[in-house]
Amino acid sequence: MRSNFVFQEIWVGLRRNLTMTVALIVVVAISLSLLGTGLLFVKQVDSTRTYWQSKVEISIYLCTASSANPNCHGAITDAQKQQIQTMLTSMSQVQNVTYVSQQEAYQLFRQDFANDQSYVSTVKETDMPPSFEVKLHNPQADYNIVSSAVTGAAGVDSVIDEMTILDKFYKLLNGARNAVVIVALILVVAAVMLVANTIRLSAFNRRRETGIMRLVGASNFYIQLPFLLEGVIAGLLGWALAAGLLIGVKSLLLNNLQQYFSYNVALSATDLVEVILLAMCIGVLLCGVTSFLTLRRYLRI
Amino acid sequence: MINFDNVTKIYPNQNRAALENVDLSVNKGEFVFLVGPSGSGKSTFLRLILKEERPSEGRIHVAGKDLARLTNWKVPHLRRRIGCVFQDFRLLPNKNVYQNVAFALEVIGKPRRFIRRVVPEVIDLVGLEGKHDRMPDELSGGEQQRVAVARAFVNRPMILLADEPTGNIDPATSIGIMKVLDRINRTGTTVVMATHDAAIVDSMRKRVIELEYGKVVRDQVRGVYGQAY
Repeated sequence: MRSNFVFQEIWVGLRRNLTMTVALIVVVAISLSLLGTGLLFVKQVDSTRTYWQSKVEISIYLCTASSANPNCHGAITDAQKQQIQTMLTSMSQVQNVTYVSQQEAYQLFRQDFANDQSYVSTVKETDMPPSFEVKLHNPQADYNIVSSAVTGAAGVDSVIDEMTILDKFYKLLNGARNAVVIVALILVVAAVMLVANTIRLSAFNRRRETGIMRLVGASNFYIQLPFLLEGVIAGLLGWALAAGLLIGVKSLLLNNLQQYFSYNVALSATDLVEVILLAMCIGVLLCGVTSFLTLRRYLRI
Repeated sequence: MINFDNVTKIYPNQNRAALENVDLSVNKGEFVFLVGPSGSGKSTFLRLILKEERPSEGRIHVAGKDLARLTNWKVPHLRRRIGCVFQDFRLLPNKNVYQNVAFALEVIGKPRRFIRRVVPEVIDLVGLEGKHDRMPDELSGGEQQRVAVARAFVNRPMILLADEPTGNIDPATSIGIMKVLDRINRTGTTVVMATHDAAIVDSMRKRVIELEYGKVVRDQVRGVYGQAY
C-alpha cells in the first residue's frame, strides 16, 4: 500500500472540485449540528422531566369561608378534613400526604412573593386555602384515579395536577425539538445527494486515471479508496464544524435558558460529548456509505 | 497462452454476433496480427482477453486461467499480466513521461525503489532516453505511443495487446513503433496486434488472423494483409 499516493489522489480530487467540496462540507456541518441540537433538546427535555417527575404532586385545595365554588358550603370542617385524609392514605397509588394549613400556605406565599410587598399586603391569611399535597408513586398513570376519587368530595374546592401545567412546557419543548429534527432530516437528505454528486463528479473528472488503473490491474480497493476517503474526509470536516456549532448551542443557548429556571437541570459536558460523537458516527457513515454506493454505480470495475 | 474455445459474443440488444464460433489459440512468444474491416470483431476479441466482456458462449483461457472461473476480485491480477496499447495513447496529460510510466507500477503497489530502477530501463528500451521530464503535449505522436508502450510493458506482462497502435501515426514513425513491439516480442512476450496497416503486416511476415463479420476467415502462419485490400 502506497499511502502517500492515495493521499495525493485525495488531495487532487478535493481540490479539483473545490466549490462542490465546500458546499458539501457546509451542508454536512449544518445538518449534523441541527441533528445534534435536536438530540440536545431531547436530552434537555428528558432531564427536566425526570427532575419534575420526582417533585410533581397533586394539590387538593380545600374550601375556605370565602370560596366561590358552589361545592363549598363554608369552610371545611375537621371531620371532612379527617375523612379526605384517611381516604387518601388508604389508596395504594398514594406515596404520602402532607397537610398544608392556611397559616403555612400564607407563610409560603409571603416567601415566594417577598419582593412584592404590595401584593403580599393585599392578601390575608384567611384568603389562602388549606390543601393536601399528595405525592404519587406513578403520577402519569395514577393521576386520574386519585383525582376523581377526591373531586366533588365534601369540603374539596379544586384538584390541581402539576403535571398538566408541566405538559404545556413539554409540548413547547417537544415541538421545538420536532421542528429541528425535521429540518435536520431534510438537510441530511440534501447532504446525501450532494455527497453522491460530488463523488460522481470526482469519478468523472478522473476517468482517465481510473481507466488506466483498471487497465494495468490496480485492485478495486486501490481504485475506489481515494474516492471513498474523499467523501469521508469531507464528512469529517463538516462534522468538525458541526461540533463547534454544537458547543456554541450548548454554552450560549441551553445554558442561558437555565437562568430562567430556579432549579438546575443543565446538561453535563458528557451529554454534549455523547451527542458530538454520535454526530460524528452519523456523518462518517453517511458520507462513507453514500460514496461507496455511488462508486459502485459510476466507477465500472 | 491465449485459447479461444468456440467463443461467440453477442452484445445485448444486437441481432448479429460480434464474434461467432471463434476457435483458436495463440502460443507463448507468438506475434499475431488481427486484421479485418471495422466492426469485424477485433476489439471484441481483445476485450474478451482482458475480461472486460464475457463471452456469450464458449470458453477462454488466458495465461492458463479459465476466465469464466476467475472471480471479479482476481481480474486485476489477470490484467497485471497483460499490457495494453491503444490508438489514442491514453496518457495522463498532467504527468511527464517518467510519471506516466511509473503510474502503472504505483497503482499496483510496487515499492518505490523497484520503480526507480525499472522505469528508466523501459523508457530506454522504447527509445525515449533523455526525455523523462517531457510532458505528453511536448512529444510527437510517435513518441507518445512509445510512452504508452513503455507503460504497457513496464510490469513485464506475458501478453501485450495492441489495438491499432499505429492508427494515429504516419507510416515512417509506425516502423519505429513496430521495431519496439518486435523487440518486446523477442523478450518472450506474446503480442497480439489489431491493425488496418497493410504495409506493416506485409513487411513483418508474422501470423495473421483475419476476421470478417465476427468469423475467422483466415489464419496464416506467415501471412500478408490480404488480396482484398
